[in-house]
Amino acid sequence: MAKIKPRVKVPKKAKAGEAIVIKTLISHPMESGQRKDSKTGKLIPRKIINKFVATYNGKEAFSMDLLPAIAANPYIEFSVKLSESGTMRFEWTDDDGSVYDIENKITVA
Amino acid sequence: MQMTRRDLFALAAGLAAAGLISLPADASTDAVEAAIKEFAGGMPETGGVEIGAPEIAENGNTVPIEVFADGATSIMLLAAGNPNPGVGTFHFTEMCAESRASTRIRLAKTQDVVAVAKMADGSTKMARREVKVTIGGCGG
Repeated sequence: MAKIKPRVKVPKKAKAGEAIVIKTLISHPMESGQRKDSKTGKLIPRKIINKFVATYNGKEAFSMDLLPAIAANPYIEFSVKLSESGTMRFEWTDDDGSVYDIENKITVA
Repeated sequence: MQMTRRDLFALAAGLAAAGLISLPADASTDAVEAAIKEFAGGMPETGGVEIGAPEIAENGNTVPIEVFADGATSIMLLAAGNPNPGVGTFHFTEMCAESRASTRIRLAKTQDVVAVAKMADGSTKMARREVKVTIGGCGG
């Protein structure tokens, strides 16, 4: 299985109150649970990322519930307005309970 | 009357076409309505929500979708023609610059994408947009 690797695009610096765009991508097959194995004919069990949360200095900034209809390698883009410097933490929760995370520092001037 | 081979083909094609035409009125229409009602607590009024999507998606396995609703706290996305209409829900906070988000979704066939927004004042709004799909997603 391909290694699950999160990637985010976050500006290092931002002006206070300015809208900044955050882009995130995580490599994940997002197995929908509806695909059949071509050899055995059995359904491949569902295994998807079901929750994405972005927090800034510990406070939730944006979150998303994901269902099997989200494409493989889920891409999520949103925008935030920040008033202070801090750390944005991204967490993706897998069906099997694993959590993939990454952190980015942002300097707000 | 004697059936020729040609008649048989015509009949088969006709049946297939009839079968395909009756498909869009499938069971998932109810599922879509149920999902909207559960999320919004009733049928929301149309308008006030924008769905950014390609008119024609060549690959249904990854269709870029953007939703925007001014002042929304959460937006639910549905694919009315998928075997399971649910796609996902975005939750916005005060830290969000605006209630806008993008992702990529799977569409099984040409269908309507529905976005339902819950506003900060408790009202709900929705929008529909057709996306034509040339190669379907969802397994296959």
